[in-house]
Amino acid sequence: MLARLGIFALSLALASVVIFVITQALPGDVAAVILGHGATAEQLAAKRAELGTDRPFVVQYLDWVFGMATGDFGRSWFSGLPVATLIGPRAEVTISLVVGGLLLALLIALPLGAVAALKRRQWPGFLTSTAAQVGMAVPAFWAGILLVFVFGVTLGWLPPNGYVPIGRDPVAWARHLVLPVTALGVVQAAVLVRYVRSAFLEVLGEDHYRTARSIGWTRWRALARHGVRNAALSLVTVVGLQLAAVIVGAIVIERVFVLPGLGSLLLDMVSQHDLAVVRGIVMLLVLAVLAINALVDVSYVLIDPRLRARESS
Amino acid sequence: MAKSEPPIGATRRARRTIGAAVAAMALALTACTGGGAPTTTPAAPDPGATATQQPAETRTLVVGATAEPATLDPTATDAAAGTQALLYNVFETLVRIDAEGHLKPLLAQAWDVSEDRLTYTFKLSPNARFSDGTPVTAEAVAANIDRIQNGTTAPKLKKAMSVVAATAVVDPTTIDITLTRPSVTWLFDMAGAAGIVMNPAGFAAANSETAGSGPLTLGRWLPGDSIVLEKNAQYWGTPARFDEVTFRYFKDPNAMNASMLSGQLDIISNLQAPETLAQFSDTSRFTVIEGSTDAEVTLSINNGATPEGVTPGTGNEALKDVRVRKAITMAIDRQALLDTVWFGKGTLIGSMSVPTDVWYEDLTGTHPYNPEEAKRLLAEAGHPQLTLRLQPAALPYASKAAQFVASQLGAVGITAQVEELQFPARWVDTVLQKADYDLSIVAHVEPRDVVTYANPAYYWRYDNPAVQEAVARADAGTVAEYEAEMRTASRLIAEDAAAVWLFALPNLVVTKTGVTGVPENANSSLAFDVTTIAKA
Repeated sequence: MLARLGIFALSLALASVVIFVITQALPGDVAAVILGHGATAEQLAAKRAELGTDRPFVVQYLDWVFGMATGDFGRSWFSGLPVATLIGPRAEVTISLVVGGLLLALLIALPLGAVAALKRRQWPGFLTSTAAQVGMAVPAFWAGILLVFVFGVTLGWLPPNGYVPIGRDPVAWARHLVLPVTALGVVQAAVLVRYVRSAFLEVLGEDHYRTARSIGWTRWRALARHGVRNAALSLVTVVGLQLAAVIVGAIVIERVFVLPGLGSLLLDMVSQHDLAVVRGIVMLLVLAVLAINALVDVSYVLIDPRLRARESS
Repeated sequence: MAKSEPPIGATRRARRTIGAAVAAMALALTACTGGGAPTTTPAAPDPGATATQQPAETRTLVVGATAEPATLDPTATDAAAGTQALLYNVFETLVRIDAEGHLKPLLAQAWDVSEDRLTYTFKLSPNARFSDGTPVTAEAVAANIDRIQNGTTAPKLKKAMSVVAATAVVDPTTIDITLTRPSVTWLFDMAGAAGIVMNPAGFAAANSETAGSGPLTLGRWLPGDSIVLEKNAQYWGTPARFDEVTFRYFKDPNAMNASMLSGQLDIISNLQAPETLAQFSDTSRFTVIEGSTDAEVTLSINNGATPEGVTPGTGNEALKDVRVRKAITMAIDRQALLDTVWFGKGTLIGSMSVPTDVWYEDLTGTHPYNPEEAKRLLAEAGHPQLTLRLQPAALPYASKAAQFVASQLGAVGITAQVEELQFPARWVDTVLQKADYDLSIVAHVEPRDVVTYANPAYYWRYDNPAVQEAVARADAGTVAEYEAEMRTASRLIAEDAAAVWLFALPNLVVTKTGVTGVPENANSSLAFDVTTIAKA
């Protein structure tokens, strides 16, 4: 356990160095962007001194890292607002979208994947596999534009874009999320269906499944008792890996549906060269992905009694 | 920059040119605009607008816009985004510019100018109150001028305010402002972001809270999404017609159109995809207004001047030759470009002036489209083959225009290597600050920006004493002199082919049927003034 924590901390530290170096290498001068035209060399220098961007990189890096360690993510170079204040409300949007999208993807992919495995030589199996192939080929943004056009503009059932915080109006929040979550979830489901199918197929070939069937259990019962838990092991791994893809997908979806999430904030801040905010967001995303990976590790132990036994012995 | 996009260094304080004339006239006559009529009406209500009072329900207005402010302090950066939503709506100035471009009283109910045109005496409206109820005093005005001059405000605004030599508080509602030299443009600047009179108590938190005196106050700000303004119940002038005005921000023009089509928006403040206008052809639901803006889409040329104290740019030496610059102008069929890039909407211009400028003259024929003549000029200049960098801002209109320009330059022997620069960060750094470019494309939104050609340090790197003198004489002169000199400057830069002025962006506004009072032309203060707007 300690070793895991050590690796976690080391990964974070390494990530912070990589993030800092890469953002530092981005061309552009934030002082010039803030002051605009007409800024004299003295004004530019004064602005850089005010922001602290004139200090040696190592000093800037250490300042940033130690600030984060004490919970201070710094301030936006552009607006002077605390980075945490800027990121907080945006994180709510992205978390809603990512969690919603992933849940929807699982809700679709689990039953469909099971059907595709069990009925693999019959028409439902073929149909599901084909649909998954087609779904994978559809870019999420295109699905989004289509949904906006059909349900937002033509039918007018749902708002085509925008966001309402859950604390303000939960119903409006949900209504605004239906289309983006669908766009993100359906495309992810298409990817997941194939993994679910092969995970179940593997289970179908196992001895304990055959035994269960031979003592008279129905296919569904055997699968529910012995299949799901076994399939879950490989699925958890896939979902953990897939999460990064969902987050990237969310950035695109945020643009299409004008959602004020972390992705759109990241793009805006990159174009303004507000590296203070850019670093904060990327660090947060890295932290999220690392934390998920750690959770995946823990969940192996929960799912698989054999691992538990090994750990305790 | 284009209205649509986060404006670059381009400050968007603007004023209509007619306004320039009016102000200049006021100066020349030492007149006292509005002096007789102590009107405290902040906005002339649109006569056609039936502002029926419906106190029972919440009256709302939702405006779709493109450039979101990074800070709620319009004086902090060069970007016009803050000005668009907040000027006149939340923040007020001593004088304002109305829809026709005239200067009108706002916080100052009257003003006088001394004989020598150096001292302005403003009489403040005694009723004017900040949103917290404290009166707008002469001390507050002086504190704001001092803040622009000495605080952390945008250099462009500091420059505008640098002609102020001294302020003197005569009594709580009277202030004398003395200039170092007569200046026609200063009073216009006072009607824009530079002239905002903020509550001094709110200076410290100006980036995230607003402390103005306008008919609306900040309700909530959802960065990345919207700014919601609420009615200021204690407003000292004519109350706002809406209880809530929302500015919603869109990066993608299609998303904004979808919102309009689905009924979420009342107004598209400036449509960014003219080819989609047909979506709003149903006149029972929408009204389309086609007006003009002050934004010139400019193919900038690095003229290669090396003024003292400025790090030299890296422009191709060949561009110092006027024949090469003329050839570039003559190689481009600008009508065809406008049709391709902006669906034929917009106006062809031949210099850095737009038809609404009072001094405007049609210079589109100065170096007309003539590829054969362009080739001849290039050969004569010793550059039958030339390779140039073309670095447009990575904005939709600029990217499209760059492709078109590159192909037309290719036809006369100029190879244009197109590299889009991310906007604003890379473009500002590379082109605007360092002049590390040969050719670039971006829209310049500020009005009367022909004066930038009088600054050899500006990224055109254009150094022509005749233009500099004309611009200096214009600012210090009378109204007639101002117009004549500005016309001269426009003509000189056109003859010199100091840049290629591709076209002026149109103001394409879409409103829901029933929304009235939206001016045809973009307000040259760069404010989207909602005080004239009504909704049936």
